[in-house]
Amino acid sequence: MDLFEHEARDLFERYGVPVPRGFVADTPESAREAAVKLGGTVVVKAQVKTGGRGKAGGIKLAASPDDAAAAATAILGMDIKGHTVHKVLVTEASEIAEEFYLSFLLDRANRTFIGMASVTGGMEIEEMTDSITRMPASSFDAAAVFPASIADEVNAVASALWKAFVSEDATLVEVNPLALTKSGRIVALDGKVTLDDNASFRHSRTDSGAEGDPLEVRAAEKGLNYVKLDGTVGVIGNGAGLVMSTLDVVALAGAAPANFLDIGGGASAQVMADGLDVILSDPSVRSVFVNVFGGITACDAVANGIVQALGLLGDRADKPLVVRLDGNNAEAGHRILDEARHPLITVAHTMDDAAGRAAALAGAGKES
Amino acid sequence: MAIFLDESSRVVVQGMTGSEGSKHTRRMLAAGTRVVGGVNARKAGTSVDFDEVTLPVFGTVAEAMAETGANVSVLFVPPAFTKDAVIEAVDAGIGLAVVITEGVPVHDTAQFWAHAQGKSTRIIGPNCPGIISPGRSNAGIIPADITKPGSIGLVSKSGTLTYQLMHELKDFGFTTCVGIGGDPIVGTTHIDAIAAFEADPETELIVMIGEIGGDAEERAAEFVRDNVSKPVVGYVAGFTAPEGKTMGHAGAIVSGSSGTAEAKKQAMEAVGIKVGRTPSETAALARAILTS
Repeated sequence: MDLFEHEARDLFERYGVPVPRGFVADTPESAREAAVKLGGTVVVKAQVKTGGRGKAGGIKLAASPDDAAAAATAILGMDIKGHTVHKVLVTEASEIAEEFYLSFLLDRANRTFIGMASVTGGMEIEEMTDSITRMPASSFDAAAVFPASIADEVNAVASALWKAFVSEDATLVEVNPLALTKSGRIVALDGKVTLDDNASFRHSRTDSGAEGDPLEVRAAEKGLNYVKLDGTVGVIGNGAGLVMSTLDVVALAGAAPANFLDIGGGASAQVMADGLDVILSDPSVRSVFVNVFGGITACDAVANGIVQALGLLGDRADKPLVVRLDGNNAEAGHRILDEARHPLITVAHTMDDAAGRAAALAGAGKES
Repeated sequence: MAIFLDESSRVVVQGMTGSEGSKHTRRMLAAGTRVVGGVNARKAGTSVDFDEVTLPVFGTVAEAMAETGANVSVLFVPPAFTKDAVIEAVDAGIGLAVVITEGVPVHDTAQFWAHAQGKSTRIIGPNCPGIISPGRSNAGIIPADITKPGSIGLVSKSGTLTYQLMHELKDFGFTTCVGIGGDPIVGTTHIDAIAAFEADPETELIVMIGEIGGDAEERAAEFVRDNVSKPVVGYVAGFTAPEGKTMGHAGAIVSGSSGTAEAKKQAMEAVGIKVGRTPSETAALARAILTS
């Protein structure tokens, strides 16, 4: 789970990472009130979980409460890379002398955690790869990167940040920029935090509010592993690897997948119905490819699940389905689908063939 | 021969008394695995009836090893207890710990992996389907009846893609199939399995299946270039995955420009690995090599 900047700011504050004073606002009026409380010049920042806010006009300086309200009016409702701005963070403005970079993150290759630091900060990390120093988190020392005059202070910030990283089960805590102000303070001006969803059971986390695509929000509410994509062929399968592979095969057939949806093992009628319901609610979907390999799951149970799911959905099921079942009890599964004679169902026997048919039914592909 | 697991393996199941644990213990027994007992501190001294055998439940892994000669543990322990359970198995000196559990916090995996360094336990997983040496032994949840013994060694991040390839290539069969799991940190890597397959005289061809996220496939490709003489066929899933979205597996995410399927495919092809565009094409590439 990625946090909004204001949530990252609050988390940093709890662990003693210095942050500017600030308040969240969801109306121009509350932005004005925040500016009054803060006094002086403030920064009004769009709260979206994506980069490039500055370039998109989502960060504005405001010299007065009226300016802050005007900035919030301009920013609230703005679309930044497909994310609608519902909130702004209003913080005191800092007089920046220098901008640095500091983070702790998972190092998959070495199966451990590392710290990264750079004396150039404030830009996208991809643009500063060369200037970044990587260190094992356990032996992080700011003196290896920062001038001696501030190394101790950065180390104190790093140690608070590391404590937050470990205590909160984060996989990323990033401060960019970490600023040295003209008055000589070190302050975390912007933060990015990713928490490990697998560790939610030992934290009382408040979900930061599902952001982004409404279909993803709905799927998440039903406990489905769904990612919205841009194409026209809906995809349902079992197992993350097989579903990713299915998307690729659809693309090779000349169409574009509309979504990722892994229904996992079991594939009960209810899960199949929930999955189909979400996919069929996507107006860009023109056909659906159901791809199941029966390992432990038996294909006859999956076939029954599909037929029952279509029954549960009734008129809402209105797009053609191409079904490919293979593995455990596949023949029995095919028989059930054949006997059901459902007008929407086409049975295919290989992934490649099924993808071709689904692409053709979506009006794309190589064999329409 | 097979790698990591064979007919001499004696398996204990940590979490055997739970619903998943008992269901899969039954399946492992049916596949011919020598399951010798379970471990559950709260049910020590009891036993569990399976179709033809009654298996004892021990209080600790160490006790189970002392009583039964067990050298493999399969873990169906809930995520909150997985770290302690793996550490217990490592401290008992078990040779192989297969961690099936999905949803283990990555900080926990990092800890138990670090704890196992310099000790005698190989860890497979977490969040994996396990390992099967068809006809010999099956430790985990891989279906045993979709393939047969043979000459191919397979290592994969994905469960269902493993099954798909096992099924498509069942006429050649497999020495061992290792599902290493889709988490960001896993105990056994592609490289570990490929090195073992290279050393295994019965394995004639290696199939490696990868997916987006991290750089395990790129590093495996370098390893193959420098150390492997046997033919290697590969497959990578996730060409159409968008940047920044987790695709089902916790580790399956393209971050910025790194971890893409295209980069992995190119790295593999650059060292002579034949990479299929689909699972079926991958099977066909393996078939062509084995029949040439």
